[in-house]
Amino acid sequence: MNKPAVIPTDQLPSFDIERVRADFPVLHQEVNGKPLAYLDNAATAQKPAAVIETVDRYYREYNSNIHRGVHTLSQVATEAYENARERIRAYMNAESSKEIIFVRGATEAINLVAQSFARPNLGPGDEILITEMEHHSNIVPWQMLAEQTGATLKYIPINDVGELEMDKLDDLLSEKTKLVAVVHISNALGTINPVKTIIDKAHAAGAKVLLDGAQAVPHTRVDMQQLDCDFYVFSGHKLFGPTGIGVLYGKQALLEAMPPYQGGGDMIKVVSMDKTMYNDLPHKFEAGTPHIAGVIGLGAAVDYLEAIDFDRAAQYEIELLDYANEKAAQVEGLNVIGTAAEKTSILSFTLDDIHPHDIGTILDNEGVAIRAGHHCAMPIMERYCLPATARASFAFYNNHAEIDRLFVAIEKCVRMFG
Amino acid sequence: MLDLKDLYQEVIVDHNKNPRNFGKLESANKTLEGFNPLCGDKLTLYLKTNGDMIEDISFDGSGCAISVASASLMTEIMKGKTVAEAEALFDKFHHLITTHDELDIAELGKLAALAGVREYPARVKCATLCWHTLNSALHGDETPVTTE
Repeated sequence: MNKPAVIPTDQLPSFDIERVRADFPVLHQEVNGKPLAYLDNAATAQKPAAVIETVDRYYREYNSNIHRGVHTLSQVATEAYENARERIRAYMNAESSKEIIFVRGATEAINLVAQSFARPNLGPGDEILITEMEHHSNIVPWQMLAEQTGATLKYIPINDVGELEMDKLDDLLSEKTKLVAVVHISNALGTINPVKTIIDKAHAAGAKVLLDGAQAVPHTRVDMQQLDCDFYVFSGHKLFGPTGIGVLYGKQALLEAMPPYQGGGDMIKVVSMDKTMYNDLPHKFEAGTPHIAGVIGLGAAVDYLEAIDFDRAAQYEIELLDYANEKAAQVEGLNVIGTAAEKTSILSFTLDDIHPHDIGTILDNEGVAIRAGHHCAMPIMERYCLPATARASFAFYNNHAEIDRLFVAIEKCVRMFG
Repeated sequence: MLDLKDLYQEVIVDHNKNPRNFGKLESANKTLEGFNPLCGDKLTLYLKTNGDMIEDISFDGSGCAISVASASLMTEIMKGKTVAEAEALFDKFHHLITTHDELDIAELGKLAALAGVREYPARVKCATLCWHTLNSALHGDETPVTTE
């Protein structure tokens, strides 16, 4: 399930890249006098017109608060919001829409699990197991939790090519391990982790598992019932949806047992002066007026992905990565960081002594947008003794011509500093 | 349209490749680190002061071409300057790279090569990291400087 099944190319429906590109308005512009080549998709993905128009329509035609209005617009908005939840449930194949909690993003989702699930259940002697390839959002909440509860944070190491050292997992897992929190696909390295194996082993040791899917959902389908993870989190903006909206999936029984994360409106049934009866799932975890437009927009993003044949799109991204890797191999001094056997369309690299920030500026001047820096994963940079890397990340709307332009611009960097 | 050559002038490329006053200064009586958490740039500034006077100065660390060249050029100009002169230079340099005002840049010497940074707001922090670090070191701060 990590990688799309390899089907001979001639048996696949053709992937109409030009039609797909036409769906994304932002791609069709010039930056610094050059056509934009947007290769920073791991930071945030662009939005198809269907998402932009859906959000626009909400504000123009039925903007209203949800779950409380007797008037028509409020009912329309509530229905659109809850319909989006149901479509996202179906997209992730969760068992129940009660398991789909809307939050601001993957970061808030992890903090919610840390504070509402882990904090009441963990104490001194207990262990949380994460990996050396986590984004800061899946490190810092656990460090804070360790501080609060006296629990210990441990790390699964990574090898030189950017894969988890799975043979260490058995040693690290014990009856002390209460939670294993692992990135599904690394944002800095592109590594696709063997999450099913991790989940099964963690469960066998009696630990719960959280997967950080922020970087995974734009590249692969996820199936909650097949994975059997306890929590799965992602951000809408990386899935071609709006910013400020994300999803926490949690198994219903766990969510039922957890105390609310925030108190406020909408998460209650009855409030009296001295106590409150909390609302049922999923509303118990959605205090206050939520990001209604964001949820509806994310629903539209999921619909879009269903419509374009996402599996074929994912396979096309691997073709782009292979093409970029071929080109990269021809550049003297270019070093790809993260060459795991199972990898998604992220090309993190260094270029001799040229600092990634200089690469970023020179590429931007050519209209090529990439990320330069530590990718909010400073422990990875430390692991490879690098201050930073340059990162080109491809989405299914990128094309081979853009990768050609990336490498023309890289050659320009080499000439400039060579 | 922006011309990259205005940013990466020859002086900058040269000072990046062969930074001057690079390495630990054994006789330093003040040492301070500077970080740019956004990009991971890291430098250590070594100062030997005598009363009000910067007698010697060096730096080491890693960073982009702009930050390394800026530190190299800064250390060149700072030798023999008083604290007040260093502050005045910092003000002028900051003005140079953040505004389009007409300035008398004669006293900035080769530092004027960094003027192109003003067209790249994202890079101003790269050029000023060493300067903020110097400023803090001269004022006796001991906590590492960050640009955030």
